[in-house]
Amino acid sequence: MIPGPFDYVRPTSVEEAIAALVEHGDDAKVMAGGHSLLPIMKLRLAMPAVVIDISRIPGMSYVRVEGDEVAIGAGTRHHQLEHDEVARAEVPILPYTASQVGDPQVRHRGTIGGTVAHSDPASDLPTALLALGGTVVVQGPNGRRSIPVTEFWQGFFETALAEDELIIEIRVPRTGSAGWAYEKFTRRANDWPIVAAAAVDGRVALANMAGTVVRATATEEALARGASIAEAAALADQGTSPGADMHADQEYRRHLARLLTRRALEKAAGGAAAAA
Amino acid sequence: MSILGTRVVRTEDPLFLTRGATYTDDLVDDRLTGALHATFIRSQVAHGRVLSVDASAAREAPGVVAVYTAEDCPDLAPLPAGLPMVPPAMQRPWLATDKVRFVGDIVAVVLTEDRYQGEDAAELVSVDIDPLPTVVSTADAAKDEVLLFEEAGTNVAAVFGGPPPEDFFSGCEVVVRQAVKNQRVAPVPLETRAAAAAWGEDGRVTIWCTNQGAQQAKGEIAGWLGLDPALVHLVTPDVGGGFGAKIGADPEYAFVAWLAQRVGRPVRWTENRSENLLGMLHGRGQDQLVTIGGRRDGTVEAYAIHVDQEAGAYPRVGVILPTLTMLMAAATYAFPKVHASARVLVNNATSIGAYRGAGRPEATAAVERAVDMFAAEIGMDPAEVRRKNLVPPFHEPHTTPSGATYDSGEYVVALEKALEAAGYQELRAEQARRREAGEVKQLGIGLSTYVEITGADTGLGAAESAELEVHPDGTATVLTGTSPHGQGHATAWAMLASDQLGIPVEKITVLHGDTDRIPRGGGTMGSRSLQQGGAAVHQAATELIELARQRAAEQLEADPSDLEVDLTAAGLSVRGTPGSGITFAQLAEKEPLVVQTRFEAAAPTFPFGAHVAVVEVDTESGKAELQRLVAVDDAGIIVNPLLAEGQRHGGFAQGVAQALLEEVLYDADGNPQTSTLADYPFVSPTELPSFELVDMATPTPINPLGAKGIGEAGTIGSTPAVHNAVIDAVAHLGVRHIDMPTTPMKVWRAIQQAQQEGTN
Repeated sequence: MIPGPFDYVRPTSVEEAIAALVEHGDDAKVMAGGHSLLPIMKLRLAMPAVVIDISRIPGMSYVRVEGDEVAIGAGTRHHQLEHDEVARAEVPILPYTASQVGDPQVRHRGTIGGTVAHSDPASDLPTALLALGGTVVVQGPNGRRSIPVTEFWQGFFETALAEDELIIEIRVPRTGSAGWAYEKFTRRANDWPIVAAAAVDGRVALANMAGTVVRATATEEALARGASIAEAAALADQGTSPGADMHADQEYRRHLARLLTRRALEKAAGGAAAAA
Repeated sequence: MSILGTRVVRTEDPLFLTRGATYTDDLVDDRLTGALHATFIRSQVAHGRVLSVDASAAREAPGVVAVYTAEDCPDLAPLPAGLPMVPPAMQRPWLATDKVRFVGDIVAVVLTEDRYQGEDAAELVSVDIDPLPTVVSTADAAKDEVLLFEEAGTNVAAVFGGPPPEDFFSGCEVVVRQAVKNQRVAPVPLETRAAAAAWGEDGRVTIWCTNQGAQQAKGEIAGWLGLDPALVHLVTPDVGGGFGAKIGADPEYAFVAWLAQRVGRPVRWTENRSENLLGMLHGRGQDQLVTIGGRRDGTVEAYAIHVDQEAGAYPRVGVILPTLTMLMAAATYAFPKVHASARVLVNNATSIGAYRGAGRPEATAAVERAVDMFAAEIGMDPAEVRRKNLVPPFHEPHTTPSGATYDSGEYVVALEKALEAAGYQELRAEQARRREAGEVKQLGIGLSTYVEITGADTGLGAAESAELEVHPDGTATVLTGTSPHGQGHATAWAMLASDQLGIPVEKITVLHGDTDRIPRGGGTMGSRSLQQGGAAVHQAATELIELARQRAAEQLEADPSDLEVDLTAAGLSVRGTPGSGITFAQLAEKEPLVVQTRFEAAAPTFPFGAHVAVVEVDTESGKAELQRLVAVDDAGIIVNPLLAEGQRHGGFAQGVAQALLEEVLYDADGNPQTSTLADYPFVSPTELPSFELVDMATPTPINPLGAKGIGEAGTIGSTPAVHNAVIDAVAHLGVRHIDMPTTPMKVWRAIQQAQQEGTN
């Protein structure tokens, strides 16, 4: 439970952080809240030569409305997102989902940029983000680019982020009064989801049903065709490739995906009805 | 008014909560200056032949002072199992020689200047192991096809009793038989194992370690190392939980002492959490076969249990746990026939030891499940079946068919109290309503009645010691042979002394866990401490008063019989003349006012109770949530309700966790699946309701305090109540049994299977 030897750098600006990434390449790991990285380093599953701590870079934590979108700084901690008034009004699924991450200690350290970069298929916020749609704004030595969330997560712990790029911001559409729900299934409150389903505005995303968070496309298509929630939800596991572990085998995970999708859609429909 | 029975706030807590207690890893001691750190290299293979251990690279690593493999310490004789019934060949080498037998078996040890260097160097030790087929389940072990110890010729470590007579259930109208798993669990004390050792110029070694009984650990370590016990000084500083897994010395502790002698420097070791989950003793691990038979009117006529107990790779105290399960097999019931037998098997897993309740929760879980299944089979309310079969109230010793002699018990009263507090009839009505409505969330109501044995070492020479001294400044010191690690002895023992002497609790210091100062002691385990150690303190206070009376009589020129204790003055005064006397502190001025005593109870005690659990099961997902736990726990006279409630709360949490959450899992190759706390579902407050405690106190005549044990009752009563509640919630869907832990997937699958069977 002691990490291997590593060097530690703490840049004070985004530019410095990117320079450090350019210098160290894939020997380096970026750390923000440290709640995903440090445990795997302590278990020596990851042994980066350099840890680049971006937690002290000013200006990376914010939530603000920009046109039709809400822009969230990558350094925004889950606790801040959970209690942010702008987020609660404009994109309420995110503050709620943030409130479901780990425990208070985790939420006070973990950041939205960190959870997006980590690309764990059993993560809460990426599931909600995938249902929302939107983009991940990243910056490298040659400037910024935007990557749609649908293309960002490429595999288990794999993203579209280049070695020398840093996540700057997450941009999501304002959903306002549209119905939404995040249904997380765990054995204990502070666990990762065994399966989770996020639903916003006819879109559904699932946690832990494949190597990345995934959209329940068959469900979405059925809804678009005018199928009932029950009919559409029954298709939620189509196209997924869930793993098996001590909490759930594949059959049970598929069942949970269908069940949680149905519940999320029902809740979202109820919420939309209440708002309308 | 006596201080006994009042809610005195724990005197130890300010230290624990503000300045920090001193656990073994925190020790700052001159004798440990320059200590090396030990890092054990453990097998990552469950069963295999050790082909080679190459430590050459590690020996060259920064900060490495020494690396020991089996080749480097040929003089260390293997550790005997220490239990007469276990085949002698089932002994543990200090370092794996020819074979490894579980993931966690020690292969080598690195000594470094600091801990960081130790983990870095450990990565450089190259261990080549040729894997062998593994034995994970008791069923596999029983085949004796793959042997852990070839020389033993079998995986069977012990056998207790034989099968019941063939006609045991003949004549019964109904016989229900069920395999019931009482799963392997990890104790997970907050303080992991730790030890430190330093040899003095006088040839004595001081060993500090986190343990539940310094005196026993000292004896074991001296024996393993072939040392004169007089040369071993063992100290247990503050201890952060044990739950049974810190009973007896662990090989690592002795190893640390051996290493310190070998390198001529003090050595320290503190394991990390993953190492703790692999290396520390696990608990439970029973595969039970229960059979219950009786009449359709609800009368049970015969009950039998057979236990296949996992021992783990190297037999430890787990071997004898089934004997307690067998002793308590008859439980609270007046079953005319009870039969119990057990077999203990080694397997490629962490060794099994005592875990909160140690054999008794297993007995209760089995019989309470059996009674519920019997009730379901005959279509009778489980409360009614219990009423029909419980032993009627008794206040004279009652001997059971399984051989236990209970001191006193009012099981029916406990059950009725629990049912009333729970609102049993209303709960059943609500359950019926939800069933009728076909609601997704169904209600389950689970009952358990229990009786357990505490202070079971009584009669085995395990008297408890106490020394009590009053000092001239008016303070007092209690030395106890018990070994608190969360229980609150500093408060309770001070209350017991204060009650008789009138010295305020805050002026009484309680010391424990130092074999030089307290050479005799039984430690804290088996819910023995208050009824033996507390009673010893009580006795010491009585004896100190007599000593003081003789001295005071001389000084006051009074007849001793005219002197009485003046609690207000904390001394003695002449009867009828308050203020005429002399204080205990004054009496201590001329010569020490000190007594040493030993108390031995005549017999164990048998606390009992009844629990009602209410769970809500989401029948679509299979998830069970505990809504209520109503608990009647009768531990006789309570010295401090605050402490007793704390013991109950902690026990409930662990008991609920066993029913719903916790299980140590291995894959088919013996690889642990739960070796971090991210994977091992340690219970947290969010999964627990506010417990509903109901008081009941039937005094025991066995000790002057009238007290029985309370430390383990929580795990004994709560587990079967919650377990039964989960099954009760889905019983109407055709589910008859689900093994613990009742995970969502298991519950969901049980519902699916029952529905399929129902439609076929």
